[in-house]
Amino acid sequence: MAAAESYPSDLKYHREHDWARIEGDEAVLGITWFAQDALGELVHYEAPDDGSTVTKDQPYGEVESVKAVSDVIAPLSGEVLEVNGKVVDEPETVNEDPYGEGWLIRLRMSDPSEADSLLDAEAYKQVVADS
Amino acid sequence: MAQTLQRTPLHDLHVALGARMVPFAGWEMPVQYEGVISEHKAVRTDCGVFDVSHMGELDVEGPRSNELLQATLSNNLDKVAPGGAQYTLLTNERGGIVDDLIAYQLEEFRYLLIVNAANREADFRWLKERELPGSDVRDVSDQYALLAVQGPRAIERLGLPEARPFTFAEGEIDGVTCMVNRTGYTGEDGCELLVMTDDATALWERVLDRGAVPCGLGARDTLRLEACYPLHGQDITPETDPISAELGWCCDLDKEFSGAQELREIKARGPRRRLVPFVMEEKAIPRTGMTIEGGGEVTSGTHSPMLDRGIGLGYMPTAAAEVGTELTIDVRGRPRRARIVKKPIYQRKEPV
Repeated sequence: MAAAESYPSDLKYHREHDWARIEGDEAVLGITWFAQDALGELVHYEAPDDGSTVTKDQPYGEVESVKAVSDVIAPLSGEVLEVNGKVVDEPETVNEDPYGEGWLIRLRMSDPSEADSLLDAEAYKQVVADS
Repeated sequence: MAQTLQRTPLHDLHVALGARMVPFAGWEMPVQYEGVISEHKAVRTDCGVFDVSHMGELDVEGPRSNELLQATLSNNLDKVAPGGAQYTLLTNERGGIVDDLIAYQLEEFRYLLIVNAANREADFRWLKERELPGSDVRDVSDQYALLAVQGPRAIERLGLPEARPFTFAEGEIDGVTCMVNRTGYTGEDGCELLVMTDDATALWERVLDRGAVPCGLGARDTLRLEACYPLHGQDITPETDPISAELGWCCDLDKEFSGAQELREIKARGPRRRLVPFVMEEKAIPRTGMTIEGGGEVTSGTHSPMLDRGIGLGYMPTAAAEVGTELTIDVRGRPRRARIVKKPIYQRKEPV
């Protein structure tokens, strides 16, 4: 079952339709409701390797639906601590729960101040409204 | 370049059902309603309906209509009688595929060709330029809508009598008259209903009332790829020949038609490359244009909802085109293993 549209206020957003939940010096990343809705049912998640480095504003993985493939853009820089194996095995988890079970990676931030440049939910909703 | 997209008579009904509409071959068409995978599975297990009114219809009439079509189409139309239909190719002088289509013999001297939307004008021009005195070619596409009702329960749900594939008859679904063609593009049983434009919405509603699930072009593509039906513009084009595309079975090389001599030569010396179906052995989805190690190329790729794996069609050099051959596909810089399989890629084994 696809989730209903939402943009939780406790998350930070990147205008390329990614979210970050900041937990101390770590962050959990995923794609927004808007991104999964635009793609349709996900059927493949090309995840980064554990321990690899991701760079803010650069792609760190790919998500694919039957019809399309999309880069996933990192909202923050850091080292990959964990990849969500459930999404690797069952990519549709992202459609069902984009901000919960459908998270993509957990990161140790290399520069926590980068979070200051991200959007809050209200600002991101405006990005969605304009796109 | 901004271009106005054409709409089928069912456009507003698609929107009301929540369809996602996309541009396709100059038309605004539903790509999905609920979701590609659930629509795909509805067709594999029960019954789905597709609006394929974007496809073109050409009427070829007159005492020399057979002569015109025998000289331009690859298959032998003399194997068909009124009430019969045939998959065939329109080929150019080099034997390249201008279009693939189904020819329906309506009467002794009258045929209907149902052609790809993107090629409607090219096909019409091609035939019109070769018209003989006594063969009249007309583009009648705007007079008709076309619904493909497909799936193991399609015929039962529509209350239609059993009939052989590639036949057609006038029929009626709950009071709406249509031409019932036992043809399709999904690898399942079913039919395609050709209906006058004014009756299209009534027919669509009757078919939905009988339990068909509305399906979009997304599922149409995954279904045809599992069945290994080539798509014109991707797997077959005016630059590809039917021998390499494994469509020699619908080319009667004992008759003369445009490109026949070239095709005889290709057949005699053996094609340089062949169109092969393949299944991914690693997690990855092949896409059109990806290179296959050893000189091959993916022409169509998708995720198979039935196999839950990447599948596709692609050209491989003949020496590396045997069933069972392992392939390595370049998936955006990552080598991913696949294997050539026998067609079809998927076929339902059990009756539903």
